[in-house]
This record gives sequence, structure tokens and C-alpha cells, in this order.
Amino acid sequence: MIEARDLSKRYGDRLAVDSLTFTVAPGVVTGFLGPNGAGKSTTMRMILGLDAPTGGTVRVNGRRYAEHRDPLRQIGALLEAKAVHTGRSARDHLLALGATHGIGRRRVDEVIDLVGLREVAGKRAGGFSLGMGQRLGIAAALLGDPAVVMLDEPVNGLDPDGIRWIRGLLRGLAAEGRTVFVSSHLMSEMAQTADHLIVVGRGRLLADVSLAEFTRQASRTTVRVRSPQAAALRDLLAGPDVTITGGEPGLLEVSGLRREVIGDRAAAAGLTLHELTATEASLEEAFMTMTRDAVEYAGATAGETR
Amino acid sequence: MTTTTAPTAVPTGARITGPRVVRAEWIKFRSLRSSLIMLAATVVVFDALGLGFSAFLADATIEPGTPAPPGGPSSLDPLGASLGGVNLAQLLIATLGVLLTAGEYATGMIRTSLAAVPRRWPVLTAKIAVLAGVSLAVLLPTVLLTFLGGQAVLGDKGIALGDDGVLRAVLGTAVYLAGIGVLGAALGSLLRTTAGALTSVVALLLVVPGVVSLLPESWSEAISPYLPSNAGQAFMSLGGDPNLLSPQAGAAVFVGWLLALVGAALIRLLRRDA
Repeated sequence: MIEARDLSKRYGDRLAVDSLTFTVAPGVVTGFLGPNGAGKSTTMRMILGLDAPTGGTVRVNGRRYAEHRDPLRQIGALLEAKAVHTGRSARDHLLALGATHGIGRRRVDEVIDLVGLREVAGKRAGGFSLGMGQRLGIAAALLGDPAVVMLDEPVNGLDPDGIRWIRGLLRGLAAEGRTVFVSSHLMSEMAQTADHLIVVGRGRLLADVSLAEFTRQASRTTVRVRSPQAAALRDLLAGPDVTITGGEPGLLEVSGLRREVIGDRAAAAGLTLHELTATEASLEEAFMTMTRDAVEYAGATAGETR
Repeated sequence: MTTTTAPTAVPTGARITGPRVVRAEWIKFRSLRSSLIMLAATVVVFDALGLGFSAFLADATIEPGTPAPPGGPSSLDPLGASLGGVNLAQLLIATLGVLLTAGEYATGMIRTSLAAVPRRWPVLTAKIAVLAGVSLAVLLPTVLLTFLGGQAVLGDKGIALGDDGVLRAVLGTAVYLAGIGVLGAALGSLLRTTAGALTSVVALLLVVPGVVSLLPESWSEAISPYLPSNAGQAFMSLGGDPNLLSPQAGAAVFVGWLLALVGAALIRLLRRDA
């Protein structure tokens, strides 16, 4: 369990993380979603105690991270920026990391096998591809068999096989009752793995909802209607819960009315239709809309304060 | 594919202890080729130069007290000649220290190290303990054997280990070199860049003493003996040089430098974001 309360981080003039409050629960995969620069990595560094918050607190399994005597058992993390000495072999890297907690060679070999690095475990990490580096980082995160697994952009640099592998791994870890917290800037990636979403933009919390709820909100259907009598049709369809926009002459984008209703009303009024198509907004579009609003909001307030 | 449901080999008592952090730093030390190369280079350079200067002094036409060849000891006497490799060897072992700490910042390894041991200070103190321990274990025999080899080369002009102050100077040389390694590690941790820390080492050990000697005499006499290199020279020589502190005072000043730099490095480590 991760609990952030009013967590903030300021770098000079820039507020990278702005009063974030959220809880990451065990047993599910929680996606930490936001565009690049939204403050995801900074938040994760503060969870690990690498960066000190300028305000607020964050607790891992009930305590500040630094207060744990067995931090590798509490939370295993893969950070976005590389965190491996290039001159050391993958196995030696893991041996040194485990040695701080008395975790030995048997567990090191277990996680090396788990991430599929056995062949190259004796090679210098500096020669690793991006994908191999990610696998080594994941091995390090799992080394202490931790209650919380936190991965920053884990699919970066992985091939399709690796991406599928990591989805299965995350689901498996959550099914074991662990807290799984995964960041991404891709909605499509999160839609495939996450049960719950924490969405941030410009350091602020934008949404803290289940994926099912996010999908329900996002999939507001729009109907494209093409008619030579568009103006008449617009008057016919207008209503309190109906939004109608028209991009070009003869075209209407109607939301708030089902396709059948539009067709029936047009027929009753004797209006000709050339097209009647229902389109579902994708999750990606819903995410883009949400974060674009945040960016515009932040830009506007920055302008006002000057 | 793979899940982690199988029983794991993580021991039930898995948690941080001081000895475990030291062991982790030892694994880090021995698993980097650069550490081993720099340590070996320190040994080879110290030994080769000590024997070379001794052979130079053994030449019948050269009297004790003759100015030394470039890069050599400040004056040629049997002790100074056989231990004359210290001037160059100190730069090599300082580089080893810098690489151990600044190298973690350069590669990002520091984030792994500090996430595993979030109280932080054990990481740096364990690293310095490993560096000092390994350096002394390697350098004590190196310095002793180089001294004995040098005296053998010098023959009749040589001095004995049992002579007044000689054993102290020989052991002091090994301690000085190990201390300079620690100084490099502290500067590397403080400045977080390899290039910056190496520049500072060269400045502190070579440039500053030269600049101080150019100051008015009353100033340079007040400052010069307290610089780390000259404080070290005080306990690596037989004593009696009016420009140096006594061996005991020199050792105290040298240790003071190390404590101050390591202390500053620890404070920065605890206070700043990684």
C-alpha cells in the first residue's frame, strides 16, 4: 500500500508535483498515467525517498520508506532513468544489491531466470540493449520478493514479446495480493493491464478511478449525421442534454441522442439523411482531452499570475 | 509465462545490517575492473619508482641530499628515495577513490544503492571502510617490500627498518596512500562528477602547495605545513624538517582533513536529492 498526502515537489520556480493525494491499494494493478513531464517519475522518486518532498508526506506500507529496516522486502522499484553501473555484470549488480539485506545467490539466480537473463547474466550491463536493461531493472525490483512493486514506464524498449510478458507478470503479482503501481504515458498500454487509474497532468491529480469507470465516462457516443437539410435537422434534434456541432456544411456531430432516435425523428419530419454513423470516443481520446485541459488550465493560471 | 508464485529463496531474516552493507560494498568493489586496475597500478608505480630512485641514488657519483630527478622525492636520501613513488601513486589511488563514489553518480547506480539503504549514510561509510581496508591490506606489504628492496639496491648507503623513525615513516606511507584514496572518495561523493573530483584532487595535492609557496613567506609558512600533502610528508619522513609539522601533529592534521571531507560528503549525501 502506498499513501500520498498533499505530496508536492518544487524545483526552483517549477512545481513538478502539486499536492497529490492518492492511495495505491494491494491486489490490483494501478496505472499511473500522465503525459511526459506530468510528475510521475518525481512522485516515484519521492516514494523511494530519493527526492525529498517540499510538502506533504508519502508512506509505504504504513511508514516513511526510510524508516523500514528491510526496504527491499517492502517495495521493489524500477526507475525510468538507468540505475546500474555499466561496468558491472548483471549478476554482480544483483548480488551487491541483495547483499545489503542478506539475500544471496539463490534468490539472485531465481530472479535472473524469472526475467530471462540467464544467458547474459555474466556480461557487463553497459553492453545491454534497452530491453535487457529493463529486464535487469525488473529483476532488481523483484529481488526482495516485495509487497509493493513499482515500475516506471516498464514497457519502454521491450519488444512485443517482452510487453506481453510484463503484462502477465503484473497481473500475476497483483493476483498474489501485492500492490502493483505502474506508470505510463500511454493510455492504450494501461487499458490492457490496469484495474485502477491515477491520472496526473502538470503535477496535479486529474482522476483517481477504476478503469471500468474511466471507460464508461469516456465512451460517450457521438453520432455523425449527414443531411442536405442540416439546418432543419439541427432544430429538430436540439434539446437540453444534446450537443450538436457541425464541422462542415451538411454535417452534424450529435451527442446525447441515440442513433435510432435521430433516424426516427428525421423520418417523421420527412428529412433526408445521407449518413448516420455512431462513433465511440476511444480511451486514448478521453485521456488526451483530460490532460489537454490540465495543460491549458496550468498555462492560463501561469499567465494570470504574471 | 512466468509468475512469482513459487516459493522464493529470500531468507526470512532479510533486512539491512551494518556488516551486510559492508559486504555489498565489497562485492561492488571487487566486481569492477576499474577498481582492480587502479589498485594494481598504484602498487606497480610505487614499487617501480621506489626501486628506480634507489638505483639512481646508489650511483656512486651522487651524494645524499642531491636534488631529485623530476617527479621524484623532494630530496634524495635513502628513505625518501625508496618511498619516492608516493607522489605519483597518490594520484592513482585518489582516482580509485573518485571512481568508486563519483562513478555511481555518473552511471545512476547511486539511485539503486540509496533505494536499497534509504538511511544513506551506511552506504558511504561502508564504501570508505572497504576502500581503506583493501588499500591498507595491499599497500602495507607493498610499501614495506619496496622499502626493503630499495635499501638492498642502495647497499652500504642504505638504512635499516630498525633505525630511529624509519618503521613509522614506512607504515605512515601506506596509511597516507590509503588516506588519499579516502580523500578521493569523499571528493567524488561531494562533487558527484568524476572530472570535477579528479580536478579537485590534483588541485589540493599539487596545485595549492605550489601556489601557497608563492605567497609572502610569513603566509606560506603559516599555511603550507597544514596542507594534506605536507601534513602527510611530516609523518612519512624522519622528522626534523623546519618547514614541516612534527610527525604526530602531521598525522593529526591529515586525519583532520579526512574527517572534514568525509563529514561534508555525508552531510551532502543526507541533505540533497539523489
